[in-house]
Amino acid sequence: MTDITPTKRTRRQAMGPFGPVSKAIDELDDRLGVAKGGRVFLDKIFPDHWSFMLGEISLYSFVVLLATGVFLSLYYVPSAQQVVYHGTYKPLDGQWVSEAYRSTVNISFDVRGGLLIRQMHHWAADIFTGSIIVHMARIFFTGAFRKPRELNWTIGLTMLILAIFEGFIGYSLPDDLISGTGLRIGYSIAESIPFVGSYLVSFLWGGQFPGSGIIIPRFFIIHVLIIPLVLIGLLAAHLGLLVRQKHTQFAGEGRTEENVVGSPMFPTFMAKTTGFLFMVAAASALLGAFAQINPIWQFGSYDASKISYAVQPDWYMGWLDGALRIMPSWEFMGVGHTIPFEVLLPAVVFPGLIFTISYMWPMIERRYTGDNEIHHLLDRPRDRPKRTAAGAAMFSLLFTLFAASSTDVLANFFKVSLNATLWFFRIAVIVVPIIVGFVTYQLCKEMQGVHGIGRRKRAVIVRRSADGEYSTVPAAPRPDDEHTELMPEPVPDRIDIEPLSNGGARVPEPSPTGVRQVTR
Amino acid sequence: MTDVDHQPSRTRVPMPIAALSDPHMGDAARHPARVEKLIAVIFVLAAIFMGLFGAAYTQNWNPWVLGGTLGAGMFLLGFGLTAWGKYLMPQGPFVEERHSLASTPEERDAMAAALVERSAVVVKRRKLLGGLFALGAGIFGIVALFPLIRSLGPLPGDSLDTTSWRRGSLLVDSNGRPVQRETLVVGGVMTVYPRATVLVHAGPQPQITDEGQAVDQTILIRLSDENFVTQPGRETWAPAGYVAYSKLCTHLGCPVGLYEQELELLVCPCHQSMFNVRNGAVPQFGPAPRPLPQLPLMFNDDGFLVAQAPYDQPVGPGFYERS
Repeated sequence: MTDITPTKRTRRQAMGPFGPVSKAIDELDDRLGVAKGGRVFLDKIFPDHWSFMLGEISLYSFVVLLATGVFLSLYYVPSAQQVVYHGTYKPLDGQWVSEAYRSTVNISFDVRGGLLIRQMHHWAADIFTGSIIVHMARIFFTGAFRKPRELNWTIGLTMLILAIFEGFIGYSLPDDLISGTGLRIGYSIAESIPFVGSYLVSFLWGGQFPGSGIIIPRFFIIHVLIIPLVLIGLLAAHLGLLVRQKHTQFAGEGRTEENVVGSPMFPTFMAKTTGFLFMVAAASALLGAFAQINPIWQFGSYDASKISYAVQPDWYMGWLDGALRIMPSWEFMGVGHTIPFEVLLPAVVFPGLIFTISYMWPMIERRYTGDNEIHHLLDRPRDRPKRTAAGAAMFSLLFTLFAASSTDVLANFFKVSLNATLWFFRIAVIVVPIIVGFVTYQLCKEMQGVHGIGRRKRAVIVRRSADGEYSTVPAAPRPDDEHTELMPEPVPDRIDIEPLSNGGARVPEPSPTGVRQVTR
Repeated sequence: MTDVDHQPSRTRVPMPIAALSDPHMGDAARHPARVEKLIAVIFVLAAIFMGLFGAAYTQNWNPWVLGGTLGAGMFLLGFGLTAWGKYLMPQGPFVEERHSLASTPEERDAMAAALVERSAVVVKRRKLLGGLFALGAGIFGIVALFPLIRSLGPLPGDSLDTTSWRRGSLLVDSNGRPVQRETLVVGGVMTVYPRATVLVHAGPQPQITDEGQAVDQTILIRLSDENFVTQPGRETWAPAGYVAYSKLCTHLGCPVGLYEQELELLVCPCHQSMFNVRNGAVPQFGPAPRPLPQLPLMFNDDGFLVAQAPYDQPVGPGFYERS
């Protein structure tokens, strides 16, 4: 067996020019034909603009959610069965709690690292939803949703809605007093829908609230299987479309509708983005360690006849809660039926309207502008004042409603009457979006008129002549004045790092294209 | 994905390790050796923190140390990797050509032709078969829908209209203790349930059923020493000043758990609906549309407070079938 002992070198050479890597690619390519497409993928260009990182935050917080979620699912017991708590947390000792609640308290106190992972999971969920919204705002204000990317806008919006539901269902799972109250409100909102409401809730909860206890295991399977599965599918489609249609980019020297300028997938982008994954995970871990979130052991197990002060949902549901608070009590009663408009309008019709407009926005804009062209270059928000104003008005509306979800806390804090606070928000919710929209529109118009906006300002020298007359002359250009990063060199079909032939010494080498001096 | 073979051939350009001539490159990029050392130190620190995280886990130290070491280790790994990518790897800008995703008009026509012509063979000449298949599949679809929905839970029926309160139901607190004339002083308040919803265990304490808590919960307030009339027609409903209202807010079903004794208002902490307890819990503020239903009370022969009759209307928030 050891008659011939090939040296390491000869064994490598036998495998191909790049040793075992060549061998592996040969074997894979024989079967799957990966080399050609794989090569293109390694060369895929990612624009370097910081705002393209927002979606990555969503992606990586989702990874953190999956990892921490798997850990939690190993200890959580999805059961509404009432048990007596006898555990580490003494204040609860001897109390009737649900099994779901007991297992969540146990994760927090008895499972090693459990509290950290629980809090990481909750923080990552907040980061997930938040970053999706900010990412979406970027897409909206820069017009990245325009043809040909309407479908990806739709997918992204669907993922946001799923993320909100996923978050609501997720924080309902511990079955603590606050989330139980949220669940009760969710039940009543669904119940308010005419014709189908009472059937819907009866089927879902297995009877009148709190139902047969089946809601906890049902929510669990929705939270850990159904929604994540759909999210993963949509995520794959989202990223697949992004690869197929390539990135958008801001206009700049050398950037056209026909190209993408930036860093290659491998190795530069891969290193940066993997680093970013770790940093998002680090942010979740540090928040989970040092910023307490949802201390359910302080709230107690859910008891439908108990309640606490300052009842508020997680922030991404806050706008709906605010809308419910400021809505007048307009209930329709008559002809043997009741339609609770005071619930239906703010909590069902209003979000339905918001999301419908969002879904249809690409279509609305296409029809309004008559622009059916394909766009790969992004808009500066100031160049599309109407869209920017509409978006700003929409966001200000949602923020005002969010603030309205703390009327009681605000009234207490500022020592004003609840009635004044309520009317303040009822008026603000109409006035604020109008003002914000108008001011945004005017600002955009103003900014368009400013000379040289968006460009680095060249220094000027102010001179005073012997006669006392002042004049300005442009200063000599500094090296920073040249936007060299906006002047791409045509690298392209092959991005090669050629083997160093001179033993690694870094010597200047003339570029064949003559575009740029390259130091290697 | 682009097809490399269809691209016009272009000059191969060696990729720069870093664009050192770029004025936006900091000092770091100009001295790769220094950066390399710095990143090496960062990775060593990351390894140390990850080791500490392991120690914290095995020793079961508190969550601050656990999360702090994990976070620090993760951050350093990420920071080092990002710095590696930013300073020591080929920096752009590189250009990738975009290729139109659109097919040629001929290709589009060919696809449309294939769809239309082939389906013409299938559908137009075999209308009967197609129709029968659609019939069978449609019936299956409809039939499959029904048991799926119907097996999830019961039909609501009149469950939303009724509670466990009956004529003669004994009012008890969450420990199962009944209420006597002297249980509350004037201005006092407590939550009561019908006796039938109390579960007695061998265990630590009695327990109110889920339904008792969620549906039958009733708030009992003593407003005076004498019979109290909240509204005309309710003359006998509040003996000895004991007034009972459903604790379910008529807005969204939260327990109306705050009692403002001076203003004699019941306040729902969820959306700040306020109910005046003196005039039949008519909503005075907030989004709640209806008064809280009042439970008529009386004292039984043993001197305990019982319900005279069930609630005269459904408790809690509105729904379509509520008349």
